[in-house]
Amino acid sequence: MTTENKYIVGVYGDDDLVLKAVKNIRAAGIKIHEVFSPFPIHGIDDALGYKRSRLPKAAFMFGALGLTLALTMQFWMMGYDWQMIIGGKNFASLPPFIPVSFELTVLLSALGMVGTFMVASDLKPYRKPKIFDIRITDDKHVIAIDLADNKLNKQEISKIVAQTGAEEVNEKSFE
Amino acid sequence: MEVVSSVRTPLVTGAKTVGDVTQDICVRVEAKPPKTWFLAIAVSLSFLAVGVYTLFFTMWDGIGVWGLNKTVGWAWDITNFVWWVGIGHAGTLISAILLLFRQKWRMSINRAAEAMTIFAVICAALFPLIHMGRLWLGFYWVLPLPNTFGSLWVNFNSPLLWDVFAITTYFTVSLVFWYIGLIPDFATIRDRAKNKISAAIYGTLSFGWTGGAKDWSRYESVSLILAGLATPLVLSVHTIVSFDFATSVIPGWHTTIFPPYFVAGAVFSGFAMVLTLMLITRKVYKLEDYITIQHIENMNIIIIVTGSIVGIAYLTELFMAWYSGVPAEQYAFLNRATGPYWWAYATMMTCNVVSPQLFWFKKIRTSLWATFALSIVVNIGMWFERFVIIVTSLHRDFLPSSWAMFYPTFYDVGDYLFTFGFFFTAFFLFAKFFPVINMAEVKGIIKANTSSNKALK
Repeated sequence: MTTENKYIVGVYGDDDLVLKAVKNIRAAGIKIHEVFSPFPIHGIDDALGYKRSRLPKAAFMFGALGLTLALTMQFWMMGYDWQMIIGGKNFASLPPFIPVSFELTVLLSALGMVGTFMVASDLKPYRKPKIFDIRITDDKHVIAIDLADNKLNKQEISKIVAQTGAEEVNEKSFE
Repeated sequence: MEVVSSVRTPLVTGAKTVGDVTQDICVRVEAKPPKTWFLAIAVSLSFLAVGVYTLFFTMWDGIGVWGLNKTVGWAWDITNFVWWVGIGHAGTLISAILLLFRQKWRMSINRAAEAMTIFAVICAALFPLIHMGRLWLGFYWVLPLPNTFGSLWVNFNSPLLWDVFAITTYFTVSLVFWYIGLIPDFATIRDRAKNKISAAIYGTLSFGWTGGAKDWSRYESVSLILAGLATPLVLSVHTIVSFDFATSVIPGWHTTIFPPYFVAGAVFSGFAMVLTLMLITRKVYKLEDYITIQHIENMNIIIIVTGSIVGIAYLTELFMAWYSGVPAEQYAFLNRATGPYWWAYATMMTCNVVSPQLFWFKKIRTSLWATFALSIVVNIGMWFERFVIIVTSLHRDFLPSSWAMFYPTFYDVGDYLFTFGFFFTAFFLFAKFFPVINMAEVKGIIKANTSSNKALK
């Protein structure tokens, strides 16, 4: 991108304050880019109007895939590809296949869901994070507002952010 | 909006602020470790050195160097395997089951307990792999991989194979669960890093975490689902380990009570090991404000509960042996208690059934020294439990002409020491380079503390 993004960054010292500030800023018609915090704040996703994560559905689907693969693998290997006579029992029957099926369901569900999370949140070892304020991972909460997203100008937004109880209102731009 | 309970004691003492948490935990990663840390790692490395020597010769000469014989084909190796897997259970129990039950006291101990789980499972997996004779081929043999025998697959009817799947899944899921929790804390260390090398290392480890609300929302969703998956998983693992015995026809092993009894035993020994390690870590790293007496007392209460379940299981076993009317079954249990291994049985009974009952006294369960001593006693007892189950059931089998005794050799002991060396070395390295307490979660619960402090001012 050639146009550099400019952000107004409000820094807060308390999570309850951020929650109120988010509501007030949105009520003033300002679009929030994202809120950053050192720990999850309860109710912030509702305040920001985020939808519920669909990761549980991903977990279920990967689990179903794991179960299908495990059962197919076992029935095919034991019942069809190489039948083994063990005490004259059936070549393939369900009960002894349950433990492995369960384990593979859990394994694929967990790995699939975590993989989806990594992709959705773009988490990867070589990612260069956009850090709005270095203290986010310590003890400060930050509300970032993208100027390009909003009609109001810099001064107006800064004024509203300052009124919501921000300790500091800074400007930040990324190349 | 906020409710501050006047009845519950705070989970973190010392009137810590959110910033204090970062400082207290990170400084232990950034600063030079205390002298006691070097002492601890030197001791673990010397155990590891002995273990490397014996493990090398176990591989070089084959497992004939162990004390096994034709009658007793499983002894220290499988005892150690079951013991280490059991120890591993506490980490997942603390982080997953206590998360589902919303037990917030888990937050200062879950990180270290999960690390312990991972290292313990590695130690456990080593023994069956060594027992196969060729450690380096172990994974090739146990996994259903296409091979040159016309694709003769592994036997999915065998509980030993179920174990392979259970342990690998357990290890992988625990590792992922642990790592997801570490990501925000690595980001904290990254943002505090003074030099380029640690900034680069922790930057890579943190996966570019920024702490955005959207990411936190996904993170919480992932944690909850992983906890939901890990809870039945942790129960399944020791259940499947117990199937190794319970699905056999050996008197003393062929018991339907094994799955719940093994799971309770696993949690029992796992909590004991968590206590042993946490008491050392707490002392060395001065974490008294984060791991309080309340935490230790809670863990001791879990030890009483699971220890009592184990005690009831022992008595049930004896009753069922008598009530079954099967002479072989009755003899197996009589031989356990009064045969040549009576001392192992007596050690097991004393350490596992009698000693945890001392925790009924509040003075004992809130005393650090008593807890530390009893946590070691419990783990000795749980090792003997597995030894009793395995060796005394095997050494006098159906043919009196093949009755035999098992005596450990230097290599049995040395290979066991190897896992101790590995476990403690790994744990102390973890304690130095990784944040031992989950900072992000502790910051979330500290709130009540700080606002009540503000109110007082």
